[in-house]
Amino acid sequence: MSDTKAVNTTEEDIILKVEGLKKDFDDKHVLNGIDLTVKRGDIICVIGPSGSGKSTFLRCLNCMEDPTAGHIMFDGEDLADMSVDINVHRQNMGMVFQHFNLFNNKTVVQNIMLAPVHTGKKAFRKLKEKSGYKSVAEIKEKAQKEAMELLKRIGLEEKADVYPSTLSGGQKQRVAIVRALAMKPKVILFDEPTSALDPEMVGEVLDLMRDVAKEGMTMIIVTHEMGFAREVANRVLFIDEGKILESGEPAEFFGNPRNARLKDFLSKVL
Amino acid sequence: MGDFAQKWDRFLKYFIEYGGYKRVQEGLKNTLIIAVLGLLFGILIGTLIAAVRVMPKYKRLPRILNGFCSFYVGFFRGTPMVVQLLLFYYVLLPIIGVKISSVQVSVLVFSLNSGAYISEMMRAGIQSVDPGQMEAGRAVGLSFGATMTMIVIPQAIKNILPTLGNEFIALIKETSVVSFVGASDLYVAFNYIGSNSYEFMVPYIVMAMIYIVMVVIITILIKLTEHYFAKSDRRK
Repeated sequence: MSDTKAVNTTEEDIILKVEGLKKDFDDKHVLNGIDLTVKRGDIICVIGPSGSGKSTFLRCLNCMEDPTAGHIMFDGEDLADMSVDINVHRQNMGMVFQHFNLFNNKTVVQNIMLAPVHTGKKAFRKLKEKSGYKSVAEIKEKAQKEAMELLKRIGLEEKADVYPSTLSGGQKQRVAIVRALAMKPKVILFDEPTSALDPEMVGEVLDLMRDVAKEGMTMIIVTHEMGFAREVANRVLFIDEGKILESGEPAEFFGNPRNARLKDFLSKVL
Repeated sequence: MGDFAQKWDRFLKYFIEYGGYKRVQEGLKNTLIIAVLGLLFGILIGTLIAAVRVMPKYKRLPRILNGFCSFYVGFFRGTPMVVQLLLFYYVLLPIIGVKISSVQVSVLVFSLNSGAYISEMMRAGIQSVDPGQMEAGRAVGLSFGATMTMIVIPQAIKNILPTLGNEFIALIKETSVVSFVGASDLYVAFNYIGSNSYEFMVPYIVMAMIYIVMVVIITILIKLTEHYFAKSDRRK
């Protein structure tokens, strides 16, 4: 399914281009050829019944699952090619999980600082002064300062030194989102970010995501929150049986669905 | 009981006046050196092996390493410690021409042996950590190794602390076989006192007590460590 506004798109605007993506688990075909072009600032919501392959699709984008076939063009390289250094690209492609997955053995602020400090140190060891840092201490200081700013933004700065086990689900997910932001990625992938939350905590997480979207972050969101998708997304995809069956702007997508299976799905969830 | 008092006096005489305590000191030192170093190196070796065993296997090198690790674990779990000591001291080291003391050989064999056992504990520990922790580490761009060392292994160690304590206790007690290669441990020291005084009852009772005291102390230390590691579970 091609991009609806492909005509006006210049090459530089395209941040991620997926072509013919396939994924098999043994002899089970989960993804059967997915094409997608993502532009800078796109908010793409992916919906579909459970078992449709939407989570697998998202996890293939940063090679959490290795694609069986197809191409994922990102930063001028094909991530589906196994010889690519995936760790470098993942630093530019954040991910937020359904079950938060905060590091249990690290405090909240350490959770946010960990990756920036680690990659900063690595760059420092390799490039020394050319990395823009004078010392390892400076890298830590900067990461800590940025982490505290992010925590302030979500109103959790007083939780900086506690362990994740003391946080509520909504707080955990908000920390997980700013942990992804701390790496200043180009894209953030959200894998059902509100599905494991108590209903009264869904709102705070969606508010933060809305906020991040407003800043122009490119986001691909697998979700069951139809209201959110309709309000925030500039494009909605419907995936079933490993294929994109319909894609379009939310008003058209929800107001006037064409695909029979999408109609059926929407009648059940709306 | 008069008989026992007599034996006790005789033991004290040999223990203090004839310098038996020096041998006991030496034996205790060797026992602790072998058990503690065996445990520490064992944790190191065991962790490395466990990490190799849970590595993704689609590349060639992890598969070769994995094969080597299976062989290693199979050998050290498949033969008694005494046999390993004898093999190293009288066969392997002379063949490759390395000359080291019997205590050093014991440290080596205890490390390799406990490494094999700890690798299996550690593997269970690593597998008990939520796979989401590894995924989250990889998702922010950390390598498999970095995520393992900073995130997964610390949590795995916390999960297996009680079993690790068990292994340490087992090691302490198993040091009593190092006399097979001529290392003097607690058993050698008390046996020496016994054979000189022609009286074995008291020395062996005292020896047993020393082992028990060591194990009790270790048990307390393990409890304290568990408490320390549990800080990330506590609610504030």
